[in-house]
Amino acid sequence: MIISGKALKYGDNIDTDVIIPARYLTSTDPAELAQHCLEGLDPTFCEKASSAGILVAGKNFGCGSSREHAPLAIKASGVKAVIAASFARIFYRNAVNIGLPILESEEAAEKIKEGDQLEIDLDKGEIKNLTSGETFKVSPFPPFLQEIIERGGLMNLVKEKVNSR
Amino acid sequence: MGMTITEKIIAAHAQKEKVTPGELVQVKIDLALANDITAPLSIKELEKQKIDRIFDPDKVVLVADHNTPCKDIASAQNVKLMRDFARKYGISHFFEGGKAGIEHVLLPEEGLIAPGDLVIGADSHTCTYGALGAFSTGMGSTDIAASWVLGETWLRVPESILFLYEGKRKSFVTGKDLILFTIGKIGVDGARYCAMEFRGSVISELSLDERFTMANMAVEAGAKNGIMEADSKVLSYVSGRTSHLSRVYQSDPDARWKEIIEIDVSSLEPQVAFPHLPSNTHSVYSIPQIEIDQVVIGSCTNGRIEDLKMAAQVLKGREVHPRVRLLIFPGTPSVIKQAEKEGLLRIFLEAGGIVAPPSCGPCLGGHLGVLAEGEKCVSTTNRNFLGRMGHIKSEVYLASPYVAASSAVAGYIAAPDEI
Ligand code: SF4
Repeated sequence: MIISGKALKYGDNIDTDVIIPARYLTSTDPAELAQHCLEGLDPTFCEKASSAGILVAGKNFGCGSSREHAPLAIKASGVKAVIAASFARIFYRNAVNIGLPILESEEAAEKIKEGDQLEIDLDKGEIKNLTSGETFKVSPFPPFLQEIIERGGLMNLVKEKVNSR
Repeated sequence: MGMTITEKIIAAHAQKEKVTPGELVQVKIDLALANDITAPLSIKELEKQKIDRIFDPDKVVLVADHNTPCKDIASAQNVKLMRDFARKYGISHFFEGGKAGIEHVLLPEEGLIAPGDLVIGADSHTCTYGALGAFSTGMGSTDIAASWVLGETWLRVPESILFLYEGKRKSFVTGKDLILFTIGKIGVDGARYCAMEFRGSVISELSLDERFTMANMAVEAGAKNGIMEADSKVLSYVSGRTSHLSRVYQSDPDARWKEIIEIDVSSLEPQVAFPHLPSNTHSVYSIPQIEIDQVVIGSCTNGRIEDLKMAAQVLKGREVHPRVRLLIFPGTPSVIKQAEKEGLLRIFLEAGGIVAPPSCGPCLGGHLGVLAEGEKCVSTTNRNFLGRMGHIKSEVYLASPYVAASSAVAGYIAAPDEI
């Protein structure tokens, strides 16, 4: 699968409270959550995300609470993939489970600049920066996670298991 | 090569002799928890997939604690969804109203956790139960929904970091100060994906309540879990509460550690974590005078009886500064009852504090104490992220109940011996 879009760049330790503040968590509707995604950090995020497409951040992205509303809000805002130097572990699981593509690369996260045109090849694990001409390699997901992603999320796998019992 | 406590618990639940860090394993779970923010997503996911089986209703726990007593219609709808779900599947561990408290204070108190258990929860502070020698970790709503159906989940076996605390603590240095100092030392991603094992003579001396505080904040260093050996204090706490078997593990002498970090607590002073990261720690004695508007004492970090005793010790016979709102959130109904019995509630009320119902309330900027633009709050909670307790331009300073209570009296951040 190829994903292309423009980079929207943010810093280190972007936590789930700033991704989607708790006051909006009474909703489980992704579209509604998306409207407030990262608003405290960048009030124009939602607008930019739908046209830019790829979120690039520093280390420990998604730290803090376990709220799955965070990756849901990012996905529904129009972000097609998240590249970060590193991810907090609960966010990592949640993103895989709901089918939001995430890629971990310190080098890519450091070198990509705001507005760069990117092309991601998920199968090859490659990020191409079309603006600078650089290519970054990303280590692939372990096979089990790859399976979750290919089935389109964890629940599809669970359903298969339930039906086969 | 030997194994750590964390590895032993995971191996036992994966029905394996041995596991090694980095390995992906399927594990059976002893309990899976969700709250009124995360459970609705899990429940809706199951409904969407038309899955209507739960592996064991007695191993599902639902706690309405975040936006409760329900702050608005949407919150009430969410709790109703949980209640209907609990009824449909015969889930007996559904807590609301006068039975509910903050989940991570409530579950151990209810005897739902025993040493050696493997517990997952749709809440990042599920790691709190490590204080009882259990492996417990936070996940998202979909993972929890899957575990409710299958009775199992997948885990990547974490590497373990050993933290050894030795020396003699100065006055007013609590478990909260130890963990804040530790996070300040290693950073908010210093233990990312790892297990933090806390050990040493200082840990043995700590009360169980202070140990819960430490394990609670392991996630603030990015850890998967925090864990301690189940010693005699733990065993006497769980006996009489839990009906299930305790499985007590210790790390082998030749266990593999990613790192061993030794901390001499003798020179440690009470800590304050400045906005907007729990790792921005300073000694309370080294900071300038910072005037504050609100103080919050409570939460899953410091909402237990020992915490309230510390606060009461400072507040007894004193008055809250006229500029400051002091909010006290006991963790559970039994903590309130105990506080009432010991005369602590009277001390808080006479000092001019507000005693609130057990709820997450202000900790996550939910309700009952949200901050306005520019306001500053000293809080015994665990997170001081941007906008965590309200307005994006408000500030949260994390500290122990001693420092929080003293700050309420002084009107600025202070330790008990400074007021
Ligand atoms: S008290 Fe705060 S940190 Fe603890 S469970 Fe509630 S919201 Fe989360």
